[in-house]
Amino acid sequence: MFLKPEVLKALITAAAAQVIASAPELTALDQAIGDGDHGANMKRGFEAILAKLDAIAAEAPGEAVKAMGKTLVMTVGGASGPLYGSLFMAMGEAMLRGKRLPEDLAEIFASGVEAVSARGRSRAGEKTMLDVLVPVLEILRAEAGRPDLAQRVRAVASAAAERTAPMLATKGRAAFLGARSIGHIDPGARSSSVLLHAICTSLEALP
Amino acid sequence: MSDTVSIVIVSHSRDIARGTADMVRQMVGDEVKVAFCGGNADGGLGTDVPRILDAIGTVWSPKGVAVLVDLGGAETNSEMAVEMLPEERRGRVVVCNAPIVEGAVMAATEAAGGSPLDKVQAAAEELAAG
Repeated sequence: MFLKPEVLKALITAAAAQVIASAPELTALDQAIGDGDHGANMKRGFEAILAKLDAIAAEAPGEAVKAMGKTLVMTVGGASGPLYGSLFMAMGEAMLRGKRLPEDLAEIFASGVEAVSARGRSRAGEKTMLDVLVPVLEILRAEAGRPDLAQRVRAVASAAAERTAPMLATKGRAAFLGARSIGHIDPGARSSSVLLHAICTSLEALP
Repeated sequence: MSDTVSIVIVSHSRDIARGTADMVRQMVGDEVKVAFCGGNADGGLGTDVPRILDAIGTVWSPKGVAVLVDLGGAETNSEMAVEMLPEERRGRVVVCNAPIVEGAVMAATEAAGGSPLDKVQAAAEELAAG
């Protein structure tokens, strides 16, 4: 009952709306340490998801999440297309292998995080989206089942994105900036936090 | 024609990708099929998976395809594209860890002699090792 089509639709719509609304901010962050296209790229990807929302939401949850990932891979471009695409595709595949929501949430999310790490050959501490995803995974593992989990995830995600500011980038285009990357929040960490916020907020609003 | 490994060049810049393909054709000749792609869907700099898949499809050879890339995102997108290929093609496409221009010329030179994919990849990657 957790991911009925209408719930899934509401979650995807909320996530997409928030990412699209955050495009200017993501672009501004990316102009500081990347090539300035993260906002536009993410917006394009989530608009593509919205365009086929009915078809996606009608699928079984695992297929739906995988379809979101595929759509992101094919439309976002840049490095974030494959990274976000891999995140969703791996989560969808975990669900297709029999992992279920909500009880296997941490395990499903872990599959996604591992896929991002493998795709980007990166791990936490390198000023990337993993600096948000990994702490969130830790909270999901440690506090699974707590009634205020969504609220906790939001707090952890925000704080984790902020913590990328003093980090030195060693992955992605920001790595070319070396020490000049210090002082700026990583755009991918920020977009991960935006997504998690939107999903948590709409989960909290569920009846 | 299809009895040599083909080459795909993936740059963030369409101009760099096209120029690299031109150099390969001039230095190696036409017996090796070369495709290139670059730029994003909005016409700016970037790489994306659908274009890379198209390029691989255009020059598909049963002997395989060697992909040469410039910066990080081109590599990430190329690896993603390889994974999205039909299963029977997936194992016959490699993303070379080599400088894009020199790697493309070396790979094409090796391919022109009829070498298999692993030797073509090794020829390009010797540049990175050396």
